Amino acid sequence: MTETEQTGEEAAPTATLPLDAWHRAKGGRMVEFAGYWMPIQYEGIMAEHLWTRENAGLFDVSHMGQLLISGAGVAEALEALVPGDISALKPGRMRYSLLLAEDGGILDDLMITNEGDQFGVVVNGAVKWEDIGHLRENLPDDVTLNHNEDYGLLALQGPKAVAALARLVPEAAGLVFMQAIPAEWRGHPIGISRSGYTGEDGFEISLPNEALEAFADALCAMDEVKPIGLGARDSLRLEAGLPLYGHDLDPATDPVEADLGFAISKRRREEGGFPGAARILGHLEDGPPRKRVGLTVDGKLPVREGAKLFDGEDEIGVVTSGGFAPSVGAPIAMGYVPAGHAVPGKAVAAEVRGKRVPCTVTAMPFVPHRYVRKQGG
Amino acid sequence: MPRYYTEEHEWIDVDGDVATVGITDFAQGQLGDIVFVEVPDTGAELSQGGDAAVVESVKAASDVYAPVDGTVTEGNGQLEEDPALVNSDPEGEGWFFRMTLGDKGQLDALMNATEYKAFCDNL
Repeated sequence: MTETEQTGEEAAPTATLPLDAWHRAKGGRMVEFAGYWMPIQYEGIMAEHLWTRENAGLFDVSHMGQLLISGAGVAEALEALVPGDISALKPGRMRYSLLLAEDGGILDDLMITNEGDQFGVVVNGAVKWEDIGHLRENLPDDVTLNHNEDYGLLALQGPKAVAALARLVPEAAGLVFMQAIPAEWRGHPIGISRSGYTGEDGFEISLPNEALEAFADALCAMDEVKPIGLGARDSLRLEAGLPLYGHDLDPATDPVEADLGFAISKRRREEGGFPGAARILGHLEDGPPRKRVGLTVDGKLPVREGAKLFDGEDEIGVVTSGGFAPSVGAPIAMGYVPAGHAVPGKAVAAEVRGKRVPCTVTAMPFVPHRYVRKQGG
Repeated sequence: MPRYYTEEHEWIDVDGDVATVGITDFAQGQLGDIVFVEVPDTGAELSQGGDAAVVESVKAASDVYAPVDGTVTEGNGQLEEDPALVNSDPEGEGWFFRMTLGDKGQLDALMNATEYKAFCDNL
C-alpha cells in the first residue's frame, strides 16, 4: 500500500468517500489511494497499530467494491472464474477467493459471501472497475451483477471489537470467523461478517452511506474504539502475513506461487474447470517455480517493496511488501523467492541503497492470528 | 547562534565554521513515527541539495539533503539506538550530523525562523 496509487495522466480526479469530512474532523491526514481521498493516519501509525492489537480499531474501507451477484446458476458461473468451492458455500458463510485470468494469474483477491438469495462479493478498491468489467464480460446473461454504491464498508478489528460492536448489534457476538448475517441498526438494513484484514478477531460492517457517520460516531464514543488509518491497516496485515493486491499479488502470479493454495478447494482440485487450471494444478502437484515467503530482517533498516533479494551474488527474487512491524518491534517483509529458497531458516540478503541486509525466510504470520473460529472456544 | 531553514525542511545551526543539521519539527510531524536513521559517515563530502542522510518512518524512506556544501565531521550516533529522538526532540537531541561550511555565502539564501514558519503555513 503506497500513499499514492494514481499513475498520473489518465487518472480520474480523486473522489471523496461518504466519511470524508468525518475523517478530517477526527484529524485524519488524507492521501490519495485507489482514486479516493483516504486517511493514512490520525494520531500516528505506530500508536494506531498497537491500539488495534490491544483494543478495537475502526477502519473505513468504503473504497472497496461491494458487488451483488444473483441469478440462475450463479454459483456455477462464479466457479468458472474463481478456484473456490462456491456451490458448497452455505448461506451465511463466506470464503476468501481469487479472480483468475485465463492463464491462472491473479486479477484480484476477494471475499465471497452466500447471502441466501445472492452472493455478496467484496473486491479491492484499486481494481474494482477492472473486476466489474471482467465479471460483466464473463458472467452468463442470466446472472446479474449489481455494484452497490449506496453502501459503505467499515471494519472494526481487535480483541475488544466484539464487545464494542455487540453494544450496537447484539447478534454480532454470536458469529464465528467467516460467518455473515444481515442485521438492522436504527432501522437501517446492514450486513455484518466476522472477518477482516489485521489477523485479529473483528468484523466488517456494510451499511447504507447515510448511516455511516452515526454508526462510526456510536463506535468511536466507546472507550475501546479509535479510528485507524490506512498506514496501520498495511502494517497490521503485513504482520498477519496477508498479501496486498497490486503489491504481493498480480496478474503474473498464480495462487500456488502466492502461497494461497488453501483458496483452491478440494473438489476444484479434483475437477478443475477454473481459469488456468492446468498451470495451477501442475504447480500444486510439482511445486511452483517461486513462492511468496515471509522474511525477518537482521538489524533495524527497513526492507521495502522493490528491494532485490540475493543469495550470494545471485539475484533470486524481490520484496513485494515490507516495513517496520510495530508489534514485532523490528522490520519484516514478504517477497518471492525460488522454490528451493522457500524454506524457513534459509538465509538471503535484501539490497537497500546498495547495502546487503541479511534476512531469513520465515513462516507467516509474523504475529499469530486470533480469529474466533467457534463460539465459546 | 543563528539557525537557518531549507525548503526541504532541514535546519542548520551555525557556530563559527561548523554547523549542526537536522530536520524540523514540521518535517518529523509529516513523517510520523521514525524507526531508522542513516547518517553520513565522518569525512563524507556533501554538496548543497545533495543526499546527505535517510530517515525512515513506519511508512516510507525519505532523503535528507545537505543544506550547504561541506564535509561531515560527526554523525549523531544516538539515532542508531534511538531513532525516535527525531520525533521527540527534532531540533535538539535529534540532530543528524555536523559539518564544516564550504561556502558561507550559501547560508544567505536560506530562511530564518520567521520566514520558515510562514513557508510552512502556506503548505
